[in-house]
Amino acid sequence: MRKMRKTTTGGIAFQAINYTLFALFTLTCIYPFYYLFINTISSNDLSAAGYITFYPREVHFDNYMNVLKIDGLAEAAYVSIYRTVVGTLLTVGASAFLGYLFTKNEMWLRKLIYRMLIVTMYFSAGLIPWYITMNNLGLTNNYLAYVLPTIITPFNIILVKTFIEALPPSLEESAAIDGAGYLKIFGSIIVPLITPILATITIFSAVTQWNSFIDTAFLMTDTKYYTLQFLLWRYLNESTSLAALIRNSQDMAASVQHMQTPGSVRMTVTMIVVFPILIIYPFFQRFFVKGILIGAVKG
Amino acid sequence: MALPTTPIESHKSRGTGKCRTLPNKYKLFLMAFPFLVTTFIFYYLPISGWIYAFYDFTPGIPLSDTPYVGLKWFKSIAQNPTQMEEVLRVMKNTVAMSTLGIITSVFPVAFAILLSEIRTAWFRKIVQTLTTIPNFISWILVYALAFTLFSVDNGIVNILLIKLGFIEEGINFLATNSNIWLTMIAWYWWKSLGWGAILYLAAITGIDQELYEAAEVDGASRFRKIWHITVPGIIPTFFVLLILSIGNFINNGVDQYFAFQNAMNKDSIEVLDLYVYNIAFANNFPFATAVSMLKSVISVMLLFMANSMSKIVRGESII
Repeated sequence: MRKMRKTTTGGIAFQAINYTLFALFTLTCIYPFYYLFINTISSNDLSAAGYITFYPREVHFDNYMNVLKIDGLAEAAYVSIYRTVVGTLLTVGASAFLGYLFTKNEMWLRKLIYRMLIVTMYFSAGLIPWYITMNNLGLTNNYLAYVLPTIITPFNIILVKTFIEALPPSLEESAAIDGAGYLKIFGSIIVPLITPILATITIFSAVTQWNSFIDTAFLMTDTKYYTLQFLLWRYLNESTSLAALIRNSQDMAASVQHMQTPGSVRMTVTMIVVFPILIIYPFFQRFFVKGILIGAVKG
Repeated sequence: MALPTTPIESHKSRGTGKCRTLPNKYKLFLMAFPFLVTTFIFYYLPISGWIYAFYDFTPGIPLSDTPYVGLKWFKSIAQNPTQMEEVLRVMKNTVAMSTLGIITSVFPVAFAILLSEIRTAWFRKIVQTLTTIPNFISWILVYALAFTLFSVDNGIVNILLIKLGFIEEGINFLATNSNIWLTMIAWYWWKSLGWGAILYLAAITGIDQELYEAAEVDGASRFRKIWHITVPGIIPTFFVLLILSIGNFINNGVDQYFAFQNAMNKDSIEVLDLYVYNIAFANNFPFATAVSMLKSVISVMLLFMANSMSKIVRGESII
């Protein structure tokens, strides 16, 4: 048999280096998560002494049990989940509808409005003017501050618009001839057709919501509005609050043999914040890779 | 807010049988209207806050009781030597980070080309899936991971270095000013390399396979095929992204630097965005606003520059 592709020594060396590089980079990307995880489920003494590097030892889940009992953590989890669910629903709904409206050439002032929207991706008033506006609107120490400003996300709107423009126009036209209005066409024809791109922007906005922390730092002074990310940031920076926190949690669980260390609390909270993303990610990956590609082809 | 009803009511219907209904163009506008109001409130209304740059404003005192100082804050940037020094230092960091970012923006291109050369489908899939994960975690989480991996007493990096005999004592990697620009760009690419390559992988998939077959018949080597087919195939995508990044040259974003900053590395890590945050946190509202304004003006200028470049290079404008 004659092979088209010649296997030369150079070719083999190239492949070997190529495979090795990718294996190494992939490991670099994933090992930190694994390292953190095995340290949270191993004996805290061994972990604090730096013995846990490649596999867990003396496995236990007390860290998770104790950290979940820390004051404010459950509340923060609630705030994080609230903003992720409500914020994502609003963003996706608005992006789908506005993206659809912007495909309609007959809309009054369409071009101007669309441009005004795109410009906001490059240009902002700045932090203080934004803060003062939010304050004047009564959005400091207010759950609405997490979900209202993200309703309009220009990038999502572009993705939806581009996606709809790539659909065959005849579908909409035939529905219009049958007398369907814009809302009816949107609900019964467009939405079912654009689910791949909606899945994409769902994961994008959910991740953005889950990951946000700067808005908490500025707008929220009351601890009951703190998110998990913000708590984590405080744990990483404030050793005093962390020490207090460990004392509290250890009073609650005096009988536990695995004593918490500042390190174990930090690592466990980090793991709790990162878990949802690691779990949801594989299910959505194929959707958003496809979605972003379709949206980007014309982009 | 009042709906703009007047022009619609006065619109003369042409008598097409739909006498009572609005013309479609206004109907569409009305449907979009609530969202336009939202856009206005959260993106355009804050611009009115620029007025604070012209007052000696302190939080807590109403603006009407605050003295108007004109261009004082803008002048202070140029006239006050310490302030000038600060701004220059911050600009240096900003330009350094953005330039490093632009130079290294060939990384995802290389990543995509090399990955497309890998023939084992499952390996390619695993690499692609796992290397995109870091893109989806926040910079706080990245910092938390760094904190754990690089901690002085029990972080794996220090343990390995000590065991291998490179160092005697643990190094506090996160509390140092040396090489901080390189460290920051390294973390940036750790987080975004896999994700950044996705567009290029798509572009490579879009290249006509017949080109490769034809080249193979002509006896082209692997490297010749990459150089003469793959690279030209993805260069348009590269240029589009490059032009977009010019529009954002002074917007480094704040999250990464906010998470990684500490007293030791502050001098070299403070980019313009972080600087604004830090002076805002110090409650110097008017100065922070003045710096934001200058930043916005430069941004818009860069955006127009990028826009005209885009028109020249690909005959299409960004905005």
